[in-house]
Formats: sequence, C-alpha cells, structure tokens
Amino acid sequence: MVTDVLPELGFYALILALGMAVLQTVVPLWGAWQRRPLWMAFAQPMAWGQCTFLVLSLACLATGFYVNDFSVDYIAANSNSALPWYYRLSAVWGSHEGSMLLWSLLLSFWGLAVSLFSRRLPRDLLARVLGIMGAIGSGFLLFILVTSNPFTRTLPVVPAEGADLNPLLQDPGLIVHPPMLYMGYVGFSVAFAFAMAALLGGRLDAAWTRWARPWTTVAWSFLTLGIALGSWWAYYELGWGGWWFWDPVENASLMPWLVGTALMHSLAATEKRGTFKSWTVLLAIFSFSLSLLGTFLVRSGVLTSVHSFANDPDRGVFILVLLGLTVGLALLVFALRAPQVKSRITFGWLSRDTFLLINNIVLLVMAVTVLLGTLYPLLLSSLGLGKISVGPPYFNALFVPLATLLCIAMGLGPLSRWKQMSRRTLVKRSAFSALAALVLSVALPLWLDRHWTPLVSLGLLLALWVALASLREVAGSLLRFGLRGPRKLSRSHYGMVLGHLGLAVTITGITLVSSYHVSDNVRLNVGQQVMVGGYRFTMTSLGDREGPNYTATRATLQVTRNNRLINIMHPEKRFYHARRQALTETALDAGLFRDVYVAMGEQLDNGDWALRIQIKPFVRWIWLGGVIMALGGGLAVWDRRYRRQLRKEQL
Amino acid sequence: MNAVRKRRLFIVLSLVALAGLAIGLMLYALGQNINLFYSPADIAAGKAPVERQIRAGGIVRKGSLARDQHSLKVRFTVTDFKADVPVQYDGILPDLFREGQGIVVVGRLNGQGVIEAGQVLAKHDENYMPKEVADVLKKEGMSPADYRQAEASGELSYEGASDPSAPSR
Repeated sequence: MVTDVLPELGFYALILALGMAVLQTVVPLWGAWQRRPLWMAFAQPMAWGQCTFLVLSLACLATGFYVNDFSVDYIAANSNSALPWYYRLSAVWGSHEGSMLLWSLLLSFWGLAVSLFSRRLPRDLLARVLGIMGAIGSGFLLFILVTSNPFTRTLPVVPAEGADLNPLLQDPGLIVHPPMLYMGYVGFSVAFAFAMAALLGGRLDAAWTRWARPWTTVAWSFLTLGIALGSWWAYYELGWGGWWFWDPVENASLMPWLVGTALMHSLAATEKRGTFKSWTVLLAIFSFSLSLLGTFLVRSGVLTSVHSFANDPDRGVFILVLLGLTVGLALLVFALRAPQVKSRITFGWLSRDTFLLINNIVLLVMAVTVLLGTLYPLLLSSLGLGKISVGPPYFNALFVPLATLLCIAMGLGPLSRWKQMSRRTLVKRSAFSALAALVLSVALPLWLDRHWTPLVSLGLLLALWVALASLREVAGSLLRFGLRGPRKLSRSHYGMVLGHLGLAVTITGITLVSSYHVSDNVRLNVGQQVMVGGYRFTMTSLGDREGPNYTATRATLQVTRNNRLINIMHPEKRFYHARRQALTETALDAGLFRDVYVAMGEQLDNGDWALRIQIKPFVRWIWLGGVIMALGGGLAVWDRRYRRQLRKEQL
Repeated sequence: MNAVRKRRLFIVLSLVALAGLAIGLMLYALGQNINLFYSPADIAAGKAPVERQIRAGGIVRKGSLARDQHSLKVRFTVTDFKADVPVQYDGILPDLFREGQGIVVVGRLNGQGVIEAGQVLAKHDENYMPKEVADVLKKEGMSPADYRQAEASGELSYEGASDPSAPSR
C-alpha cells in the first residue's frame, strides 16, 4: 500500500523543503549584494517550492494519523484508533514534533503570501525579505530534522494501539487555537524580515514601513484571535473557571502581542510622519525575538505547564542557539546600520506623536514586566538559588496602573493631531468623552444594583473613555454630514476604532467578572439543591454515559431563578480509557451578560458529589473584545490604499 | 546650553527617571509576591517561614487522605520519605490528585506545622511528576522512577505512623 511509505515520503519532503529554504536564503541574499537580478529572482520559486513540500510533509503525517499508522512513534504516542477522526487530524499538532512542523509550514505560507502580494516591491528588497524568511525557515527545519523528527518509526515492533491524545486536548479548541496562535507568532517574522532587509539595503526610509504595515497588522490580528481562543479554551476546559492564569506559556504569547501592538502603532507614525524610524526597527526585531523566546520557553522543558510536552534538553539548547543567533545578528546589523538614520522631524508635546510614544513605552514596560515575572524564577532555579514562583498578584499589581496609563494615552491619541496642537483644542475635544465616561462609570454600577468598588469604576472609566474618544470622529462626521458622513472616513480609521473598542470591551469584561463573580464549592446528591448567587441548582439525576473513547459520570442539574427555569445542565466527569485519566467536562449556560458554570469535582465517601458552581457576569466580553480587535485589524488591512496598490500591480 | 539641547536633556532625564521608577516598582512587586518552594524535610527542619505564602510539594502519602463528612474540607500528608507535612484544604481536588502522586500545594504554614493550602496542583497525566517534587525526591536519594518501581513491587517502606496497607482510593 502507498500509505506504508508515507512517513518516509513525508520525511523526504521535509529534507527537500530544508534544501529549498537554504537556497532561498543564500542565493537571493548573495544576489542582492552582488546586484544580480537572476540570483535575486531565485527567491520566489524557492518560497513556493518550500511551501509545497511542507504541505506535502504535513499531509503525509496527517494521513498517517487518519489511517492509524502506529508504526510511527509520534502517532503512536498521540493518537488512538478510538479517537474521532477530527481529533486524530488535529492531533497532528497535539504535541511537540507536529507543532514544530505546523510552525514551519505556516512560516512558509507567510513567505508564499509575501512573494505573491509584493511583486511591486523593489527587486532587491523582495529578495532580501524572502532570503531572511528562508533563513528562519532553514533554522527551524534543521531543528525538526535534527531533534524532533515526527516521522521516526518504531519498527520492527509496532504497537497495536496508540497511547491516545492527552484528554485535555480532545476538544474543538485544539483544532483552531494552535494554528491561529502560530499564524500570529510566525507572522511577526514578516515585519522582522522587512526591517532587516531595509537595514541590509541601507534604505531605512519610510518605504519599508508602508509595505510592512499590513503584514504586521494581519499577524497581530491572528495573534489576538489565538490568545483570545486560548483563554476561552482554558476557561471551559480546565474546570477552574479562570480565563487567565499568568502561566509562563500564556505569558510567552502575551509578550509578542504587547510588543507587536507597540510595533503596529509605531509603524503608523513612521509611515505617516517619518518619526521613530530606528525605534520601529527595534520593535520589529523585538516582537519576533519574543515570538522565538516564547517558542523556546514552551519547547525547551524549562517550564512545567499544560503546554510543555515530553522534553529533551537538546531541543532547548538548539532553540536557544537559534534565538541567540537571530537576536544577536539582528542587533549587530542594527548597531552597524541604524546610526546612519537620522530623523529631523520634530513634534510638540501635545501631539499624536507624543501619545503614540507614551503608548509604545507603556506597552514595552508591560512586556518587560511579564518577561521579568516569567524569567526570574527560571534564572534563580538555573543558578541554584532556590525555587520560586511568581504569583498572579505580582502581575495584577503592575498591570492595573500600567493599563490605566495606557488607556489615558489611548483615548488622547485619536483625539489629537499629528505634530502639534494647542492645549485648548485638545481639552475641548476630550471634554465630552471624559465627562461622560466619568459620570457613567459611577452611575452604571449603581444602576446595575451592584455594590460599588473603586476598581469597578476605574475599569469602566477607562473602557468608556477609550470607547467614546475613539468614536468621536465617527460621531462628528455623522453630525456634520448626516448619514453620508461616516462613509467618508477610511476603512483604516474604522479599523482603529474597532481595535480600540475591542480593548474597551475586553476591559469591561475583565473589570466586571473580577469584581462581581460568585463562586462556591458545594456537596450535592440526587434530589438535593443549593443556592449560589441567586440561582437554585437541583440535582435531578446522576448516570453513566459511554463516549467514543471514555466513560462519563453525568449529572443533571436543573437551574432556576425566582422559580423560573433557566436551563438543564449536564456536567460530566470523564474517564479516558487509553490514558487512564480523569477529566472534568464543564457545563456552561453561556450568555452575553453572564455565564453559569458548573464543574464536577469528585465523588465523596457517602456518594455526594463535590461541585464547583460559578456565576460569571460579562465574562464573554473578554473574548468578544479580542474578536472585535482582530476584526479591526482585518478592516485596517482592507483599506482602499492597499487595494489600489494591488490593482496597479495587476495592470 | 541652547534650547534644543536643554529639551533633549530634559527628555532623556525624565525617561531615565521613569524607567528607574518602573523597574523599582517591578522589583518591589516581585519581592512581595514570590513564593518560595520548600520540601517537607525543609519544613520539618524549620526552614520555612510561618504565615507567609509558600509552595511545598512531595508525594501524597498512601492512606493519609481524610475527608470531612459534611463539607469539602480535606486533610492529607505530603512526604519526601524523610519528613511528612500535613496539609489542610477546603475545596475540590484536581482531577489528577491521587494518593502516591506527586503534587505541589500553595498555601501558608500555620503555627501547628500544618499547611493551609489555597491551591493544590497536580498537572498532566498520571506519570507526570512536578519538577520540584522530582528534584526533592532525587535529593533524598530516590528518583521518581525508583519510587514507582518500588511502589509496584511493594518494597517501599513507609516511615511514620500511617498504615501502608490502608486501602488506596
């Protein structure tokens, strides 16, 4: 059968992809240096070839999973014939080797996209960009081939059955979360490649930022979606009802997001005004370096978390070397080339430039905060100075004031003009939003009949201020030109508005759920009832249920409020046969304004069940905000000027 | 000094001051929120601070789990085979909590030498051992694999008062 040799074919495709990635690096970069068009033109076909062979390789692995080829080590360790087909396919990236393959594949997708959509780019710039992306690809493909080959066989003794996928991962979240997150991580490589290419070419004008901007925005949107999805998944899957744990792996994705956000805004300033030139380049280097650092943290086994799989120290060293090379070379090139860049453009204290600068600094300080909290324990532990962990209070204590500062600048930014403006105009423009936000933030909690805390008002104040301030322009055009007014504004303006609104929605969600959630651990048996947060929970029955690869104990709970039936909920405690592992399957009654959350704990001696019951107001807003932000990013890229560019290319 | 230089100096100085302030605050917050890890032997030797949040870990001693009949209060003993430390917890234990399993608890050590845990961590699959716990066992001359083997063959000698033949859950 053909499927028998698929793993070897996949491995062979992987080697060919590495070969092409190396050629994609060496020949175009050399050609750009020697100004040889033929050599520069080598980049595009190699990018396509690399992508084709990686698709082939991943397809081979996926087919192996589909047909349960347990002679492959990786498949035997992460799949099982009783696993439903869609989880068998997503199990491809359920562990280390496969997810590195996905990483490389997505990187080659970005390379392909750049080579397709950037034909109007100067030839040498395109050659350099693709060459640098090829270099990153070569590094990771070499890493896969040397330390984590997903196609290793366990011949001649083939296991009859696979060890199964980790039950925590047997969830729709696995199908979408990793690809989205990786698209974001890897996408920052494009901005990085553009920045490096501009440095190498010695043309650090505003031109590279115009090309790099849409790519950065798209990558940022994917990363935003990926993080939001991860948070939502952890919320319902881990059975604790938390949505952010300040887990090192979550931090690893948050750091590139923070710096990527700074990069996006700094790119805007550089493109529009020519300010912050060197700074933008540095941010492009940092955001991709942090993506790499995240990969190192997750893959090297220095951390223990849900995401760190079976580990091998060689891998950690390899990625660390890769990280060191990338950061070191990038900074070296920056140090050699950047001093030539001088921007003579000045701006006043009260200007959009200043507020963007503040936004950049605050975002960077936030990223450093996270970095410190994540790396400090690792540093101490590796020096043998004791084992510590840094708890959520550290992050919360620093993030609340920093976010406050960020939000103030975020509101002022869209209200202000580039370069210079008078104080009076700024005060006049912001007065309404500030006043409305202040009044509403005090009135809303009282109107909602909740107890008032300063933190609630602070959170609402910031959210409302950001939202109202960013909507001002739209409202203004509506007043001035009637219904036709809002259509005069550009899509990228609406992208900004949505991005800021999204953050406001997220902040609202975080504020309200942290202040007003109700949570209780209770004992319950059939026929008994309990009141939590104004809801009455009655356990009506308890039974067993057979799943495809697990047996579940399933409770039925009737939820009523003021004698009105809200929902019948079915939390489960599952026992997965292959791994002999228990898993809590949460029951959710989701709503825009509140979630009811029930998770089964354990059965107690007298047959009672321990249940974790939570009422979480506005928790959905946290992820809804993420989706809105990502939509904003999409809208900004859809702006007319980029499409005009595209149309010209086709002519 | 001309006006441009003066302004530049002012910007640089204020940036340095801000960065210094930020880093100072960060280090302060870090110092306030660090949880040190202690092994049961450390705690028995009195090295762990009382009434301050710490992390402790080891193996849950077989037969030590005792539940309250009317609430979710639970008591169990964590051991590194050199010393034991009793743990008190009110709430739902994680899915992977089992006697004989390596766990980490986060909580305060009270005056009676009991850890009042706010959090019990047992992650991953049943073969997983928290890194700290594995290191503790190694320090006491036992690798996690040895432990599992000894447990399987019944050679494991339990020190202390608990009855090794107590039925495990």
